[in-house]
Amino acid sequence: MLIAVHHRTAYRYSRAFNHSVQSLRLFPPSGQSQRVIEWHVDIPGIDQAARYIDAFGNQVALVTPPGSNDHLEIIAHGTIETIDTAGVAGFTQEAVPPSVFLRPERMTETSSGIESMAKACQAPARLTTLHNLLGAIHKTVAYDTQATHALTTAIEAFKAKRGVCQDHAHIFIGAARILGIPARYVTGYLLVEGETSSVAHHAWAEAYVDELGWIGFDAANGVSPTERYVRLAVGLDAVTAAPVRGNMRGAGEEKLTVEVVVDAAHSGQQ
Amino acid sequence: MLGRTAASLYWMSRYIERAENIARLTEVGYRISLTPDIGIGHREDWKSTLIAAGSYEPYLERHNEITSEKVKHFLLFDRDNPSSVRSCLETARNNARAVRTALTREMWEALNSTYIDFASVRPADLGSGKLPEFLDWVRQRSALFRGSMLGTLLRDEGFHFSQLGAFIERADNTARILDVKYYVLLPTNETVGGDIDAFQWETILRSVSAHRSYRHVYKDRYRPWNVAEFLILRPEMPRSFCFCYGWIERSLEGMSDIIGKKTASLTEASSILHDLKTIPMDAIFQSGLHEFLTEFLKRNNSVSAHIANDFHFL
Amino acid sequence: MVALADGMMNTQASAKNKGSMKEAPAFFDEMRSADGSIRPAYQKIADWMGQQSRGGMARKQEEAEAIFRRLGITFAVYGDNASNERLIPFDLIPRVIAAQEWRFLERGIEQRVRALNLFLYDIYHRQEIIRAGRIPADLVVGNEAFLPQMMGFDPPGKIYSHIVGTDIVRTGENAFFVLEDNLRTPSGVSYMLEDREAMMHLFPELFAAHRVAPVERYPEMLRQTLESVAPPSCKSDPTLAVLTPGIYNSAYFEHSFLADQMGVELVQGSDLFIENGTLYMRTVSGKERIDVLYRRVDDSYLDPLAFRSDSTLGVPGLFDLYRAGGVTIVNAPGTGIADDKAVYAYVPDIIEFYTGEKPILSNVPTYRCSIADECHHVLDNLSHLVVKEVHGSGGYGMLIGPHATKAQLAEFEKKIKAKPSNYIAQPTLNLSTCPSNVGAGSAPRHVDLRPFVLVGDKIRITPGGLTRVALKKGSLVVNSSQGGGTKDTWVLED
Repeated sequence: MLIAVHHRTAYRYSRAFNHSVQSLRLFPPSGQSQRVIEWHVDIPGIDQAARYIDAFGNQVALVTPPGSNDHLEIIAHGTIETIDTAGVAGFTQEAVPPSVFLRPERMTETSSGIESMAKACQAPARLTTLHNLLGAIHKTVAYDTQATHALTTAIEAFKAKRGVCQDHAHIFIGAARILGIPARYVTGYLLVEGETSSVAHHAWAEAYVDELGWIGFDAANGVSPTERYVRLAVGLDAVTAAPVRGNMRGAGEEKLTVEVVVDAAHSGQQ
Repeated sequence: MLGRTAASLYWMSRYIERAENIARLTEVGYRISLTPDIGIGHREDWKSTLIAAGSYEPYLERHNEITSEKVKHFLLFDRDNPSSVRSCLETARNNARAVRTALTREMWEALNSTYIDFASVRPADLGSGKLPEFLDWVRQRSALFRGSMLGTLLRDEGFHFSQLGAFIERADNTARILDVKYYVLLPTNETVGGDIDAFQWETILRSVSAHRSYRHVYKDRYRPWNVAEFLILRPEMPRSFCFCYGWIERSLEGMSDIIGKKTASLTEASSILHDLKTIPMDAIFQSGLHEFLTEFLKRNNSVSAHIANDFHFL
Repeated sequence: MVALADGMMNTQASAKNKGSMKEAPAFFDEMRSADGSIRPAYQKIADWMGQQSRGGMARKQEEAEAIFRRLGITFAVYGDNASNERLIPFDLIPRVIAAQEWRFLERGIEQRVRALNLFLYDIYHRQEIIRAGRIPADLVVGNEAFLPQMMGFDPPGKIYSHIVGTDIVRTGENAFFVLEDNLRTPSGVSYMLEDREAMMHLFPELFAAHRVAPVERYPEMLRQTLESVAPPSCKSDPTLAVLTPGIYNSAYFEHSFLADQMGVELVQGSDLFIENGTLYMRTVSGKERIDVLYRRVDDSYLDPLAFRSDSTLGVPGLFDLYRAGGVTIVNAPGTGIADDKAVYAYVPDIIEFYTGEKPILSNVPTYRCSIADECHHVLDNLSHLVVKEVHGSGGYGMLIGPHATKAQLAEFEKKIKAKPSNYIAQPTLNLSTCPSNVGAGSAPRHVDLRPFVLVGDKIRITPGGLTRVALKKGSLVVNSSQGGGTKDTWVLED
């Protein structure tokens, strides 16, 4: 399936910043489940960016937009061809071994509640365990955009029994790690089932299974990713996988707008 | 040189200069308080000292009456008064610590040993006539610092910023002292230039160590007109506006040469110096001395702000 | 390993049986042999000490203090109202290390530092040592001090810890132990340099009578070391800078001292910014590029975009720029994994794994509570052992068994049982003593040694290092925050 993405991040300030640094992980990788047809990131200063591949395999661009300004816009856009692999992202290329994704991070730390749910999901086959976990979290934690915020931890969201995709992913990751299964955070895009155009910046979890590599689990929707999912960046948690991290010096109050439009792209072959 | 280093050198020098000036003002206040009371009490004298030190409002926030002891303590030792000699020395030293690599060992030792010795002084020990000796010591330590700077510091950026801080602060202090004596001590503007007790004039001059040099220059008794001219326009008087701005301009020219462009602060300083060199004294009195001083203080502050901006102080 | 450790314990126990630890411990004195004779390296010092009058030494002591105070060599003490700056006491009697003793130490330190840098490269790449089963994966990658973000990156020269301060203690004629490796941002080198300066000023005649190996070249060697690890983006002579958290940091004097001695800028985070893939410092004329940053700021504060977002001590984007090859951070982030207390016990294995050699310098025998047998032993012998928390730094979360109350012992027993992998234990060490000036003449006091090592295009070790001395009678604690002082440390040349 061909998916077109238009991802806009816009900052506006009550007082102009005099220096800005943007660390961008806005470059979707090609792999088993997707192939990048074309992709562009537009932000002033991108041509002079410092670039590297980080430990988790993400392409990073460190951009310093020139001059002082009271607004800044970052637009990532392009077309990705996706393949339905039943959620399997496979053996992706990154420096960190799966064992690193067993580390407890602040956002993914677990409570006894999460732990007992995790233990109840345990099955002889790791894949079954993970599917049980997916179902359990989807059933227990309701989707609610008002209940949590960007810094909510897995423990808090699980206690509240509600949250957004980030919270579902953190709970899943924390629970999997407790069971000794490497799990990581994925950000990306989702073309919602049955629609041809959605407004959806999304996040889910991936867990490691020896024979298959990394497999996606979207606990917010209770499914594994399909061809309607585009992978963007991975990390230990929402913080290390964040597509845009910025710092403004001298700026006033910030207003941040993030818009993502995902379309089924029209293609001559389809 | 780092912008922050330049800022620290600038503020280090300003605070050392300020410590010296506060000590000078305290000495004058003390001297007046020793003379026979002429009826209004010494409260008004201490009040004018506090105003000249820019510390009247802060003082009133902490004390509800003006007494000799309280004012002396406030001006010299009070940690909560950012302009007390103690606070000035501490701020100067903190700035110096932040730029140790830009100072010569002599400068650092002069400042650091002053700070250490000051810390060991107990206010209670300064009773019964020991105050003048102590205030002399503060002035001497400031002189020692300036002396070690002039004798050891390379004439590069560091020197220019130290000079700028010292002379911006000195110009500010001289203006305040003049303004207080003319404006606060006298009930209305009209009496400026009229008769006043010679003792008051002597104290003004004494506070800037100029009561004897005045005699050399004017060969006359203390007259308001002459005193104002001496402290504003005379280029040979080392605490006059004109003298201070001569150095400010020179250091800003030096900096412009180093960074290869003419700065806004230099333009402004040159314009102030030009005005000081061309304005006659009677024009100042005609338009009002207080108004002139207020305007000067404003322009002096503006030069300071431009320096911070031109040289990337943080 | 366990057997060796047990042997050590037995030695200690028998020493204890002969006489109570408190009253007559058999400590090794570096000047005086057990039979009272003076060791050759100390002969002239002993003669000199005999010639000094008590009053003369007291005057020199005052003179030394005046020198240090004037120079501003102080350290900050937090929570002390009277004054937040204190002098570290300086002991007038130098500590002497014989030439052959130093050669041994030097070889041992070099071997250790080389192996630990190879270890760091390996665990941030293919992790061969874990694959080979020589160290548990969880101990490394599950460790808080392990920095996953460093994986897959080749720092210039493949060096991680460029500036090392290896803590060494001596317990006998030929018994040296490495207590800690200090691979992050070791401090104290300024005291080594200023102690020497002060001694040469106070006692020039002593230097005339000895051939003391010089330490004064350290700043120059540090400069060479930093220049040798310039990033790939640097095409000309590299510009260096020292990054400090600021004047309230306890080691600020040292930061300022080193920058000055090297002739480079001392910068704070607020002086720095990144523009188009280059690190700059803000100067009076605009900006100047920086290639190598010797930072004295902890990893987590280096870059608010990569680590603690509330940090104002670092530079936003610095870590990305480092990984992109635009700047070199010295020491590299993530070196803390190699001097973690839990990893310490594996250093002998690490040395063998990477160098194929036997370790020259010994580790202090260490019981890992993460291993059931060793944990058992620790719990059985708690009152004889020093127990350390693995993620704590010096002194915190520590139990000194022989000095602990019953309640403290019970508390630690509970803690260890609750989370064994958080603790290691070591026997108490009989630190050697050196003669020290204690007011009423000289008396033996316990010492340790921190030699300073530089790793760049080659390994440079300054002869000697910093000797810390526990000036309180009988005390084994050399920390400056707890009454420790320093001594000039002499390595005699043949």
